[in-house]
Amino acid sequence: MKTNDVILQTTTKVVFFIIFLFSIHIFFAGHYTPGGGFVGGLLTTGAIVLLLLAFDLKTVQKALPFNFTIMTGIGLLLALGTAAGAIFFNVPFFTHAFDYFTLPLFGETSLHTAMVFDAGVFLVVVGSAITIIQSIGGDS
Amino acid sequence: MEFVLLVFLPILAAFFVPTLFKRIKGIHTGWFVLLVPVLLFAYYMTFIRTTMDGGHAVSELQWIPSLGISFVSYIDGLSLLFSLLITGIGSLVVLYSIFYLDRSKEKLGNFYVYLLLFMSAMLGVVQSDNVISLYLFWELTSISSFLLIGYWYTRDRSRFGALKSMMITVFGGLMMLGGFILLGIMGETYSIRELIANSSNFVGHEFFILSLVLILLGAFTKSAQFPFYIWLPDAMEAPTPVSAYLHSATMVKAGLYLVARFTPIFAASEIWIWLVTGIGLLTLFWGSLFAVKQTDLKAILAFSTVSQLGLIMSLLGAGAITFHTNEAIFSFAMFAAIFHLINHATFKGSLFMIAGIVDHETGTRDIRKLGGLMSIMPVSFTVAFIGSMSMAGLPPFNGFLSKEMFLQSMLAIRHFELFNFATWGVIFPVIAWIASVFTFIYSFYFVFKTFAGKRTDIPLPLQPHEAPAKMLISPVILATLVVVIFFIPNVVGKWLVKPAVMAIQPYQYGHPSEVAVHVSAWHGFASPELWMTVGIIIIGGLLYLSLSKWQKVYDVQPEYLSLNSLYDSTMNFSEKGMNRLSRFYMTGLIRTYLLYIFAFISVTTIAVLFIQDAFVVDMDSFSKVSAYGVINAIILLLAVAFVLLSKTRLGAIISLGAVGYSVALFFVIFKAPDLALTQLVIETVSVALFLLAFQHLPKLSDHGEKKSTKLVNAIIALGIGVTVTLVALSSHSQKLVASISQYYKDTVATEAGGGNIVNVILVDYRGFDTLFEIAVLAIAGIGVLGMIKLRLARKENPDENK
Repeated sequence: MKTNDVILQTTTKVVFFIIFLFSIHIFFAGHYTPGGGFVGGLLTTGAIVLLLLAFDLKTVQKALPFNFTIMTGIGLLLALGTAAGAIFFNVPFFTHAFDYFTLPLFGETSLHTAMVFDAGVFLVVVGSAITIIQSIGGDS
Repeated sequence: MEFVLLVFLPILAAFFVPTLFKRIKGIHTGWFVLLVPVLLFAYYMTFIRTTMDGGHAVSELQWIPSLGISFVSYIDGLSLLFSLLITGIGSLVVLYSIFYLDRSKEKLGNFYVYLLLFMSAMLGVVQSDNVISLYLFWELTSISSFLLIGYWYTRDRSRFGALKSMMITVFGGLMMLGGFILLGIMGETYSIRELIANSSNFVGHEFFILSLVLILLGAFTKSAQFPFYIWLPDAMEAPTPVSAYLHSATMVKAGLYLVARFTPIFAASEIWIWLVTGIGLLTLFWGSLFAVKQTDLKAILAFSTVSQLGLIMSLLGAGAITFHTNEAIFSFAMFAAIFHLINHATFKGSLFMIAGIVDHETGTRDIRKLGGLMSIMPVSFTVAFIGSMSMAGLPPFNGFLSKEMFLQSMLAIRHFELFNFATWGVIFPVIAWIASVFTFIYSFYFVFKTFAGKRTDIPLPLQPHEAPAKMLISPVILATLVVVIFFIPNVVGKWLVKPAVMAIQPYQYGHPSEVAVHVSAWHGFASPELWMTVGIIIIGGLLYLSLSKWQKVYDVQPEYLSLNSLYDSTMNFSEKGMNRLSRFYMTGLIRTYLLYIFAFISVTTIAVLFIQDAFVVDMDSFSKVSAYGVINAIILLLAVAFVLLSKTRLGAIISLGAVGYSVALFFVIFKAPDLALTQLVIETVSVALFLLAFQHLPKLSDHGEKKSTKLVNAIIALGIGVTVTLVALSSHSQKLVASISQYYKDTVATEAGGGNIVNVILVDYRGFDTLFEIAVLAIAGIGVLGMIKLRLARKENPDENK
């Protein structure tokens, strides 16, 4: 079925980036204000779903040439690695570390290993959700 | 550096194996893997000096300190000896496998990952000071051994053998865990060292005997003792390097290690001594008897391993007697046990490798087809000869020395005046002697039926020829050790055995040099064990020569009366029984399952609410209902009604989405932005998913359900709604404990350095939950991918699954 959805496609091209950037913002803000890896990941997923609705599977795959299954794996490794990394400092499994740093441009920022863990969550959420959607959508 | 981390080195290396295997084409992956055990072996060698002086080394890694669980690597004489065996034999096995497994035909990536996993697990088992981490590594050896046995997973026999070994060893492992926990309750610690220090209080405790039996079950299943040995012969479906490594030199010895390690705790009990010695001897006898029946080279070796493990086990039991008497002969038994353990690793390792070489170069392991290979494969024959003669207990090979010590210990047992040994102990040397005769026969059977005599007319699958020199390196090294150890037994004793004996019997000795054992090959004509050996050679020799006449005796025992068929029928029965049971309630309709679940939840919860008289409603603490809330509730109700009444699927999906959005609105009204955000996005994505799956779903039908069924459904749905409401009202009204939110408010910034409580709980306070949740999510994703991709693949290639 070929329908003329110029308006949807044009808006999507713009809206996608807005949602995506918003999800990045929410992900980084997560530790202090509402948000986090899970919601951020879901939002990105939503953005990609929007792309999938506006365009077809193949176009999206060409535009976003990631293997989402591998992304899931990377996310899991990242999360597990953060948790296990504590071993090398001889502290219990899953001990997080954080400190405040003064970075150029950002000023005083707190850097937290929980962020790395959250990034793992983000990747797993996006990876597995898109894997599911792509496989169901691709099954015809 | 903390040397406890070295235990994990093989696992770490395993991460790189798949990449190496895929990327580097010219070089066999084994060469990279070889580095790991060689480095570890060299490193562990440096500890010999410490343990020779009676010292030990400890290195700790925190894990769950609040529960007293941590990885503590504790290296004393015993664990060092095992670590050296694991890395030393491991190096030789990897070297052997480089030439044994063809790079182009085998999935080497898998093989070495499993092998390295196993190596870490094994090092963990022998070095752990904490029983819980010991258990963890113990089960990891079962799992990696399962993977290795099933390495050629397309073969039915491999899968069967792998499953069997796992069923039996994991069963034992679980029993052992129970024993460990009981020990932990008795000693109020999970540290083995502390348990040993407190062990004098355990005798007479109500859990003592139970934990003893449970731990022995773990040891017996792992070390293939009677009647659990049945998995070991089936495990021979694994590639030969695996058999040489796991099933002769390391994993099966974990049970022996466990018995040795816990001897100081349990030796005070006569049950321990009787069980360990008795089952050991029985296994020795049984294994040696049935080894002669086998016709597969590796099966002969498997049964001989079973029997030799029994021998060491019985010596460990005899050695435990030292806790009750000062007679030197029993500390001698402990020395003999450890000494034979080393000897067995050397000669059995080489024999397995030779069996593999024969298989590799002739294409068969069936001893009836073999014979006359001596002139074709002279080096293999020499190695096999040395190994077998050592196994038979003949000089000048190391097996002779430990065999003599074994006979001596068994003779001594009948003089022990406690626990009825003086009356029953007489049969011990008799059984030991008969078993030794059969050991002699199967050793000769193995080497001479394969290599001596004339080539039979039966054609072999391959034209037999000598193995390439490279493949022979490892077995030749092991065979050399067999001879060398015979000439320098006291050096080995001083370096390795005595520190280990001291570790097993910390009460008796303050320093390894106090273990007053001197090994000598010649005890004089007056010694009874010399005449026992002479008897073994004469009777064994005669029986071997007449083997073809009496080997048929074994066929008298019908197959259905064996332990194997017991195992098979148990498995069959449980599988079929469970199938029948599940078919009774599994209708295949998700609606039915949801009915079960909901009915169960509401009945139990409401029952508990009423029995405990827990239902309270405190109207005063209710917050005010705003106008937005009312409007939103009406929307929600309307949407729900529309889901129920909708005649089309599309309508139902969209109104379900409306339900979700209005719930999200409630979150907004009650100021939970995190939840609202998540709920909104989830709703969006799940509606999209629904729409995607939409075209595959059948039209919404009435399902042809009766009015009465619908009524039951309605009642259950109403029930679950009422339940949830009641629980919510009661939990709101009961304020037994203060709300936990204040704790989070106070600590979120100081402890976790965050501001958003919800997010900090997710990533920090309850990080484990999140970790497992994303793991579940990932598995679900891969599951869907697999299901749909597989279905597509099958459509394209319909014959695949036939």
